Amino acid sequence: MDTHRSYTIWFVMLLAGLLFFFLINISLGSVKIPLGDVISALAGNGASKSSWEYIITDYRLPKALTAIMAGSGLAVSGLLMQTLFRNPLAGPFVLGLSSGASLGVALLILGAGAFGGFLGSLLLSQWSLVIASALGSFLVLLAVLAVTLRVKDSMAILIIGLMFGSVTAAVVAVLSYFSTAEKLQQYIFWSFGSLGNQSWSGILILALCCILGILIAFASCKSLNALLLGENYAKSMGLRIKRTTLLIILATSILAGGITAFAGPIAFVGLAVPHLTRQLFVTSNHFVLVPAVLLCGAILMLICDTVAQLPMSEETLPINAITSLIGAPVVIWLLVRKRKLLF
Amino acid sequence: MTSEAKHSAITVSGLEIGYFKKKKKIPIASDIDFSIDSGKLVTLVGANGIGKSTLLRTLSGMQPELDGKVIIGGKDLSAYSSLERATQLSVVLTEAPASGNLTVRELISLGRQPYTNSFGVLSERDRLVIQNALEITETAVLKNRKCYELSDGQMQRVVIARALAQDTPLIILDEPTTHLDLYHRAYILKLLKRLTAENGKTVLFSTHEIDLGIQLADVMIVMEKDAIHVDEPCKLIEHGRFNSLFPEDTIHFDANSGRFTIKN
Repeated sequence: MDTHRSYTIWFVMLLAGLLFFFLINISLGSVKIPLGDVISALAGNGASKSSWEYIITDYRLPKALTAIMAGSGLAVSGLLMQTLFRNPLAGPFVLGLSSGASLGVALLILGAGAFGGFLGSLLLSQWSLVIASALGSFLVLLAVLAVTLRVKDSMAILIIGLMFGSVTAAVVAVLSYFSTAEKLQQYIFWSFGSLGNQSWSGILILALCCILGILIAFASCKSLNALLLGENYAKSMGLRIKRTTLLIILATSILAGGITAFAGPIAFVGLAVPHLTRQLFVTSNHFVLVPAVLLCGAILMLICDTVAQLPMSEETLPINAITSLIGAPVVIWLLVRKRKLLF
Repeated sequence: MTSEAKHSAITVSGLEIGYFKKKKKIPIASDIDFSIDSGKLVTLVGANGIGKSTLLRTLSGMQPELDGKVIIGGKDLSAYSSLERATQLSVVLTEAPASGNLTVRELISLGRQPYTNSFGVLSERDRLVIQNALEITETAVLKNRKCYELSDGQMQRVVIARALAQDTPLIILDEPTTHLDLYHRAYILKLLKRLTAENGKTVLFSTHEIDLGIQLADVMIVMEKDAIHVDEPCKLIEHGRFNSLFPEDTIHFDANSGRFTIKN
């Protein structure tokens, strides 16, 4: 079949692209490291300068890996949500997960002032941020799952997720109003998102979240395809809707919750990448889309991170802004060209 | 009794349909009893809001019955697992498939889901059934088209092909002829007739095309406010069952032509 061959070509190109942008991402930064040295350092043969080796293994490699995991995980969870709700506007955060994480972090940072002094600074270590945002999104997840078990209509889950979002945003606003400028700045920096400064143990946990979520996504491909016809048709073909909905929401929560915990709320990727991918692979078949979205998400995130590093300068831009700055024009261009938003 | 059960596609006894509101029953129709032999084309007619869709949803297991029994394929409907039920009956709904980005062949292939493994891989037999469904509904020429490109008439054929691909003895369709012009309405009805005559399917569909139904159906179910009549069309006419279907002062049923006429 012709379509199968063109899919294979695209997959090979995406894999090559992933490798290319992975190397470029590691090579570029405040110090430019030649590609040859990057490759030999990654292969374990060391670079020509020991400082380069240190930069690569301790800083840039973890960051590049985080970018790949965050990009692919968010993109896959976006795809899951768009199919589950059969709504092209859905993304990983429609369930209110990122607001939950924000609330957790806001309570920690903005509330830490209340504890003052030593306890306050203890609360603000890097791990406590991770734990707070994970707890926040986990609590929202529990609430969403409880709602899922009671509500019949998946559109209602969508609305309830949005409501959770507004409530937590409001609480964060109240907290901000009563906190000092310094604390506020700290919170805002967290909300910019950051792929860097990950410890290897952090990356391991993130990897576990991503692998688990993506495995569930792969296992749900058949059910996702059935959902393309709508819930009633899916039911008539033997799909157990509740179980499927729960699994999909669980996968999304693990992916989006885990990534938000480690890298902050990264907007846009989850919404945009599935649409970009559907323009490349003109299909709705999830057995093709899930792996394709995985690769596209990773590549987009690597590119955004490379740009955010502002090669040859000491400054780093917030990743959250860059994903939208790069992604939005691309999506607009594609949609204007194709004139149709399909899912 | 056993031979009768074997030939019966649907047997309904003491059925009460409706929905639950705060655990309280809100019945729409009750005391429904009928039995339909397999291989028949069955038309369900009745005024808007009388409960045709609710009856079809109950018979297809999408909505729990309030009371009574539905026996399909010789077994109580509620005793089927969702996967087993999907091999007994397939549906064509009024709602359009949510995604327009599927190709016709992909959409029809989804009908094989109850039979494929967890990776949805189509076997040789699956492909054969799909090809067969494409041919019966004359959609083979459309197979690589995207669903959003299809006209209403083409789309209707495609969703019927999907139900055929599901390869069930019983197919239930909710108003398959709405939005279609006269030619396509006749085409779909003749297609359904062919499915019963040539493929041995039992086809149950609701429609507002009562005159077309009278011409084609083997059995008609006439739903009225407090009675349900199930019989062959000519006998229903004989007993004047269509006369009270709509308010007599507006529409009148002419038994000779089998048509409704507007009263002046």
